[in-house]
Amino acid sequence: MNEVTPRSQGSSTRLDSYVDRYAARTQGMTASEIRALFAVASRPEVVSLAGGMPNISGLPLDVVGRAIGDLIAEQGPTAMQYGSGQGVPELREQICEVMKLEGISAHADDVTVTVGSQQAVDLVTRIFCDPGDVVICEAPSYVGALGVFKAYQAEVVHAEMDKDGLVPDALRQAIAATRAAGKRIKFLYTIPNFHNPAGVTLSAARRPEILEICREADILVLEDNPYGLLGFDQEPIPALRASEAEGVIYLGSFSKTFAPGFRVGWALAPHAVREKLVLAQESATLCPPQFSQMAISAYLTNHDWLGQIKHFREMYRERRDAMVDALEAYLPKSCQWNVPEGGFYVWLTLPPGIDAKAMLPRAVTARVAYVPGTAFFADGFGSGSIRLSYCYPTPERIREGVRRLAGVLEQEMELRATFGATTPPSLAARSGYDAPSTDIN
Amino acid sequence: MAPTSSAADPGRVMVLAGGLSHERDVSLRSGRRVSEALRGTGLAVEERDVDATLLPALMAEPPACVVPMLHGETGEDGAIREVLELLDIPYVGATPAVCRTAFDKPVAKALAEHAGIRTPRSTCLPHEMFRELGAAAVLESLVAKLGLPLMVKPAQSGSALGCTVVHNVSELPSAMVNAYAYGPVALIEQFIAGDEVAVPVIDDGTGPRALPVVAIMPDGGVYDYTARYTAGSTEFVVPAQLPEATLEECTRVAIAAHEVLGLRDLSRSDLIVDADGQVWWLEVNVAPGFTETSTVPLSIQAAGLDLGKVIAELVQAAVARPAHS
Repeated sequence: MNEVTPRSQGSSTRLDSYVDRYAARTQGMTASEIRALFAVASRPEVVSLAGGMPNISGLPLDVVGRAIGDLIAEQGPTAMQYGSGQGVPELREQICEVMKLEGISAHADDVTVTVGSQQAVDLVTRIFCDPGDVVICEAPSYVGALGVFKAYQAEVVHAEMDKDGLVPDALRQAIAATRAAGKRIKFLYTIPNFHNPAGVTLSAARRPEILEICREADILVLEDNPYGLLGFDQEPIPALRASEAEGVIYLGSFSKTFAPGFRVGWALAPHAVREKLVLAQESATLCPPQFSQMAISAYLTNHDWLGQIKHFREMYRERRDAMVDALEAYLPKSCQWNVPEGGFYVWLTLPPGIDAKAMLPRAVTARVAYVPGTAFFADGFGSGSIRLSYCYPTPERIREGVRRLAGVLEQEMELRATFGATTPPSLAARSGYDAPSTDIN
Repeated sequence: MAPTSSAADPGRVMVLAGGLSHERDVSLRSGRRVSEALRGTGLAVEERDVDATLLPALMAEPPACVVPMLHGETGEDGAIREVLELLDIPYVGATPAVCRTAFDKPVAKALAEHAGIRTPRSTCLPHEMFRELGAAAVLESLVAKLGLPLMVKPAQSGSALGCTVVHNVSELPSAMVNAYAYGPVALIEQFIAGDEVAVPVIDDGTGPRALPVVAIMPDGGVYDYTARYTAGSTEFVVPAQLPEATLEECTRVAIAAHEVLGLRDLSRSDLIVDADGQVWWLEVNVAPGFTETSTVPLSIQAAGLDLGKVIAELVQAAVARPAHS
């Protein structure tokens, strides 16, 4: 360029005066097109099959309201005060009763109450993982946990699942390959029941084998079980923790069996680990919310909470049936999906060549939303799958959402037939932090 | 009920933000910032989403003026402004017919080019054309005509959604699919390498004038959605460090585009200054972003102006404008 006149003196800005000071772990915490699209999904015109919000419309709000009123009237000064870092003792006793339903025998001293089980994932990762340590996760895995592992700069290695859950040989291979690469494995993160997002359940036959593999390899198991009591046609399945006390940290939650707004979950850990969890909890929050804990404790004491869970199960089963029936009715044969026996999610594999992330803008235009499969992988995989949630919309809305999705898919298949199977370069490079925030549960 | 206003206080101002477009999130942020800025000048401001309750609310209690901060379709294609025209409610910005023209990139480019404004060579194709003629043959013709690299974008969209730079022929099919995810028509244009700049144009009734030219330097080299809306990931220089003659040319082009397309009140032209110092006009925004990372507020600040006062003046001008002008 020929400069005939002087260049102007402009002032430079990055619009973030802290840009050079952020920790390395914030890398990837950026705006994304996918997250922006989820802003539209929150509008009522859109059938959102994306978010995993529990449907608490069936809760007896009058009963809960009275219980909370009584709590304030009778124990207000205690309920609104700081509490123990480990959690309210009475609630921890009740948590042990809840866990008995899944065959777990535990002492309240080994329970640490957390701010949802999400915080339990965070605390466990905080006390175990240094940057570069490896966490083995199912493929796919819970997006909220992947976010935690990334924040602590842990590396995620995925192990395949099939219709019976985590594949033992895949776990063996993942362990062997990771160790052969000279990396340290800190734990296996697994969701054995009604998996988020895959919808599958680890079969009873595989459970001892998975535990044995981890025992032999000296790998801790982090068992995340928010959906265990939400099976549709069966008694609760014995937890991994039920048969292995020392090698398993068990995470539970009241978010799906009662209400997520209280933000109460827990970790049941071996004694030595529990000590560190309590210290980590005190460092993070001083104590879990006393008011929420006491409200839940009152609810468990005074209400037929098992009857309420039965009601939730029936409601979610009706919605699962609506979704599966609609998928059968509307989707092309080249799609595949599982029929979950509990929980909130169907994992849908799209016809070959369809990119779930690239298709999302078209879906949002058609007023239906889903979560692209890439959100559930730490390594960029999953573009050929989507997670569909049936927990929140009514059965009629679910059917309408699937009908709209089928139309979107038809257009996308036509486009792919025209241009061939492709992966848009601008989208393929991105991974992580793409899921809607309501999935962090 | 007729809105009441005076020269000093036009009355209640309604800022529309959100909507159902792909840019809803950006729009909400723009709307929030503009509302706060207007409140800072002492005006009574109501922020509102566009939904089924809007029309009854507008009819029951019409605001003195509407500031449409809706990005993307509905907001920028003129649709919401048609409704405001129907209700005789003053609003800031271009008329519906002009929005329809300006928001459609191929149409706006054709008009600009006809008026002598330099814009990259391009073609515009609906996806049905590829299906009917066969994608391979059409893509081959595209590359033969326009060469490489190319920029592929939806004919109607904003915030760089669905835009892809194509360096190799093999990347072209996926770029087309990416663009068609946002709409049925794609614009394929010659990619011009150079300095990316934005030039806001405002007109408070005294004629269009350009604000300082903003140079945009994204860390990754591409000013995509992430670079636009992640604070810190793009460096902005205002005014752009370019030769004075080049800055003047940028200003001239932005004002020319504003006038040729019949825009009013406010617009933002996006330009490229190539290695030879030639200025290329890419597109214009009839409802430019006002988020914390947007270029228009930066330019207003660099001009020594107050954001709230600038928009308040546009509100005053809109209120004073005769109906259907």
